[in-house]
Amino acid sequence: MSGDPCARCEELLQDFLDRTLTNEEWREAEDHLAGCDYCRRRYHFEETLRRYVKTTAVERMPPGLMAKLEELRGLDATA
Amino acid sequence: MQAPVGQRYGRPVSEPEPATEALRIATEARDRARFEEEALGLADQVYRVARRLVGSREEAEDLVQETYARAFRSWRSYSQGTNMRAWLLRILTNLNVDRGRRIQRTPQMQALEETDYYLANKMASAAGEAALDQDVVVERLSQDSVVNALSEIQPQFREVVVLVDIGDFTYADAAQILDIPIGTVMSRLHRGRRALKQKLAEEAIT
Repeated sequence: MSGDPCARCEELLQDFLDRTLTNEEWREAEDHLAGCDYCRRRYHFEETLRRYVKTTAVERMPPGLMAKLEELRGLDATA
Repeated sequence: MQAPVGQRYGRPVSEPEPATEALRIATEARDRARFEEEALGLADQVYRVARRLVGSREEAEDLVQETYARAFRSWRSYSQGTNMRAWLLRILTNLNVDRGRRIQRTPQMQALEETDYYLANKMASAAGEAALDQDVVVERLSQDSVVNALSEIQPQFREVVVLVDIGDFTYADAAQILDIPIGTVMSRLHRGRRALKQKLAEEAIT
C-alpha cells in the first residue's frame, strides 16, 4: 500500500460499512484498523452516526393521513 | 388420466360459462382490494421517505396522497410478486421531480466536499480524540441539525441518501426507483453522505 495509509483507510470507510468491499480491500482495511486507533475511532463514529441519522430522521406518518389514503381506494383509471 | 381442460366440465373451451364474466369481475375486485391493502400497509414507510425528500410535513402528506392516487388508478400495471414498496417509491420520486420542476427552486451551489473523516475530526477537536469512542459524541448533534442538514443536500444526492440510509432500500432498489445505474447510486450515495457530514459540521459545531 502506497501513500498515507490512513487516507487509504478513509477511502474504504463507506464501502466497508456497506459491506461492498472486495475481499482484498476488506483485509486491507482490517489490517490497518487493527493497528490504528485514529481510524478505528472514525469507523466507529461513522457507524454510530449512520444509526443516529436514521433514528432521528425517521418521522411517523401524521395520524389523519391514513384515513385520507383509505378514501382514495377504488379510484377509477379514467377519473 | 384427466380429460383435457375444455372437456372436463362437459363443454368446449370456446363456449364460456355464463358465470365467467361475473367471476372475472369478482376476481378482479378481490385482486384490487388485496393490492390496495398491501399498498396501504406500506404507507408509513412511504411517508418516511417522502418526509425527508420535501421541506414540510404538509408537502410530504400531499406527495404521499398523490402517490397513492396514482398507484390506485394504475394498479393493473403493478406485477404481482414484485417489490411493491419500490414500485410505490418510483411513482413518488417521479412525482417529486415533476413537483420540483414546477416549483423551480434555484439550485444551490454545493461547496467543495470534505472527505469522510471531516465531521469526526471536527468532533474530535471539539470534544477530544477519546470522545469518539463514546456514542454520546454524536448525540451532540440535535435532531433539528440532522433534519436541516439532510434538507440542505442537493436533491439528486439527497434522494439516494434518503432511500438507502433512511428507507433501507438496497442499491439495486434505489437504482430501479430512480432509473439510474447502480454505479451512479453508489457515487451519489458516497457524495451525499459526505455532503451531509459537511453540513452537520457547519450546523452543529461552532
